Amino acid sequence: MDGAVPLFRMEGISKRYGGVRALEKAELSVTPGSIHAILGENGAGKSTLIKVMAGVVAPDEGRMILDGSEVSFASPAAANKAGIVCIFQELSLVPELSVADNIVISDPPTRFGMIDRKAQRRIAEEALARAGGADIHPLALVKDLPLSRRQMVEIAKALARKPRILILDEATSALTATDVAKIFEVLKRLREEGLALLYISHRMNEIAELADQCTVFRNGRNVASYAAGSKSDNEVVELMIGREYSHIFPPKPVRAVSDAAPVLEARKLSWADRLDNVSLTVGAGEVVGLGGLDGQGQRELLLAFFGVLRGLSGQILIDGKPVAIASPAAARDDRIGMALIPEDRKTEGLMLPMTVRENLSFAALDRLSKAGIIDRAAEQRLIDDMVGLLAIKTAGLDIPVGALSGGNQQKVVIAKWLMRQPRIILLNDPTRGIDVGTKQELYQLMRKLADAGAAILFYSTDYDELIGCCDRVLVLYDGAVKRELVGAEITERALISSALNIHGENAGPRQGADA
Amino acid sequence: MKDWRYWLAEQRGTLLAFGIFIAMFVIYTTNHPAGFTANVVQTASNKGVLLAFVAMAQTLVVITAGIDLSVGMIFTLTNCLASWLVIGTGIETAFGVVAVLGTGLLCGAINGAIVIYGRLQPIVATIATGAVYFGIALLLRPFPGGSVNEDLADALTGRLFGVVPASLVVLLAVVLIVWVPFSRSVLGRAAYAAGSSETAAYMSGVPIRRGKFAAYALAGLLAAIGGLFLTFFTYTGDAAYASGNAYTLFSIAAVVLGGVSLFGGKGSAIGAIFGALAFRTIGDLLFVFDFDPLWQPLFQGVILLIAVSLGAFALFRVRNRLEWFL
Repeated sequence: MDGAVPLFRMEGISKRYGGVRALEKAELSVTPGSIHAILGENGAGKSTLIKVMAGVVAPDEGRMILDGSEVSFASPAAANKAGIVCIFQELSLVPELSVADNIVISDPPTRFGMIDRKAQRRIAEEALARAGGADIHPLALVKDLPLSRRQMVEIAKALARKPRILILDEATSALTATDVAKIFEVLKRLREEGLALLYISHRMNEIAELADQCTVFRNGRNVASYAAGSKSDNEVVELMIGREYSHIFPPKPVRAVSDAAPVLEARKLSWADRLDNVSLTVGAGEVVGLGGLDGQGQRELLLAFFGVLRGLSGQILIDGKPVAIASPAAARDDRIGMALIPEDRKTEGLMLPMTVRENLSFAALDRLSKAGIIDRAAEQRLIDDMVGLLAIKTAGLDIPVGALSGGNQQKVVIAKWLMRQPRIILLNDPTRGIDVGTKQELYQLMRKLADAGAAILFYSTDYDELIGCCDRVLVLYDGAVKRELVGAEITERALISSALNIHGENAGPRQGADA
Repeated sequence: MKDWRYWLAEQRGTLLAFGIFIAMFVIYTTNHPAGFTANVVQTASNKGVLLAFVAMAQTLVVITAGIDLSVGMIFTLTNCLASWLVIGTGIETAFGVVAVLGTGLLCGAINGAIVIYGRLQPIVATIATGAVYFGIALLLRPFPGGSVNEDLADALTGRLFGVVPASLVVLLAVVLIVWVPFSRSVLGRAAYAAGSSETAAYMSGVPIRRGKFAAYALAGLLAAIGGLFLTFFTYTGDAAYASGNAYTLFSIAAVVLGGVSLFGGKGSAIGAIFGALAFRTIGDLLFVFDFDPLWQPLFQGVILLIAVSLGAFALFRVRNRLEWFL
């Protein structure tokens, strides 16, 4: 690939979201007829990079050069016109439309001003065949297709736009082994045809098979580019490590070995194709972390405990006794005493237009009321306690919670659940998008609650937090627990390599499941 | 699977509405004292097409996952306007028809502009514009009155070749001239895509705004065709508040009966037309069985409840309870 003229270059691209730096002077160059893999841990800036390329977000600074001239894209449509097509991780298909409708959606063939259905059908069939999905019927509705088939449609849709640069963001994460093999054939053929492909994946074996060139991102910068195969897995992990430690964590107490039954236990939990025989225990006073790459089943595991998922197989035990948890209302009941701090506080945690007071007392209304009437005095006492305990900064209890800062909003979500004095606290990436000061307060709080006897299950995409806060960390991959790290074993290297499922387990679960 | 099976799956709502309508209509005509005669069909058709036009209008907006609570008022406003303008010589009448239809289109376009560019919620925006449109109608016709070109009115509400109701022919023509091109155009597809998943549509570079705008504007036009026909049947203009509101609510009922999803992205105006005709026939059924007319709203309500309950069965298959709320 050396010496080939780059088709597309990005120079000094930076992007900030609020105070968070997603990209910092990132560089990338893409050559035709090659597959370029992008690597990096959660939050390293990969997603932002491709969003900039695909016209979804505008960079704060930097230049993009296509074919020797500078370009900028105002929308995904503009990027498509320039020949840059991206297959996003979150699928961009319209569920109620047919496969063929979706494939031609950005530029349908028309005749006399109307969509030419015959031509549309032909284009769709060709594109499906090229994408290795010839078995998918063009008239089927997208919402009726299983996820793996949708992914094929997504690729066919991208190909129908005749891209020069095709970006695949975790394009294989939902696919079965046979489908992946098909896609690889397709991608290799596209490379022969002279396309430039950008391939983002966490699966090291896929990168080894496909990529010509690799670039590693860390903290929003590209830290290394090298020819594929010139570095060992360990060297790659080394490149990905190196986040700046900026948090202060409370000391972890030495825990006495106890033979009491764990407060929370899961035995062989499976659900759909997202959870695969997950077993774990969380004892009183323990902070157990869930690690791994984003989207490996951590969210589903927490939802399973909280009674949100139907058709769950396996057992959940509380204090050693099997229980059936049929809804969040059952989960929060005193006999179980569970609380879930959700991932998206704006939709799942708070009613944004309602007041701080109302939001705080939502989860505890049953305790604060007699015969359906809320005891305002008791409510006020409890709210005062919580605002004091968590140091929630608000101009008053009767302003909309949406007016608070992100960190204080998150404190309200947590306080709302603490008002019930839960024994089991599930946290789903609670520090995402909040400031460092509040993060530190939350770490202190978490340890304080654990010391008071709570069992805490803590999912975080930030490896620092897992290292700093947890007594044990379970690393999930493809819905299964791949590794348990205890105490001093919890290091960034161990977390990353087990998240990528390397270290003697290179075969990966997919081949295992396929056999 | 064969192509026809996909076609069948796509048209299920429409076919179901068609089936309900045919069943109702057969019961109606077989029990009607006069039986299945050209006269009975003509009367039923003239009553049915009014709601059919308004239901078609509602469909366009509902497909974009919106709702238009002003359709009944546009219908009333254009009725009052037509009672002033659609009169006189051929040229004057023609001008009047164009002006009435243009007014409907403008009302729809205003709705669209407020919802899409003003980013107001469709419910609130169209309640407000509906009140404005009704206000104008009231100024035009403080009391029922006016007149219409009776030759045109009689031709369009009469029968062709002595058997075919002319109003049905007009309905068919409107379907062919407005609905079919829209549903097969890029804008129509954009309206569907925006209703089904606005994010996915945006990410795919679909002209969402233009598609939604076209849907709102054409909805106004279709409601105006309904208003025009109302004038042809009654020969007068009447700013009747209750009637306008009833048409709005019945149009939503007809749309749901016709298999159009209120969540957007799914359904067709053809289904809504059969939904409207079925809904009208349900009301008429009681008369042929000599029930007290007082029973009509209750009976219509029960049938509607049963029909919409069929749509809720899909929730039983959901495995992640959070998807209930999507």
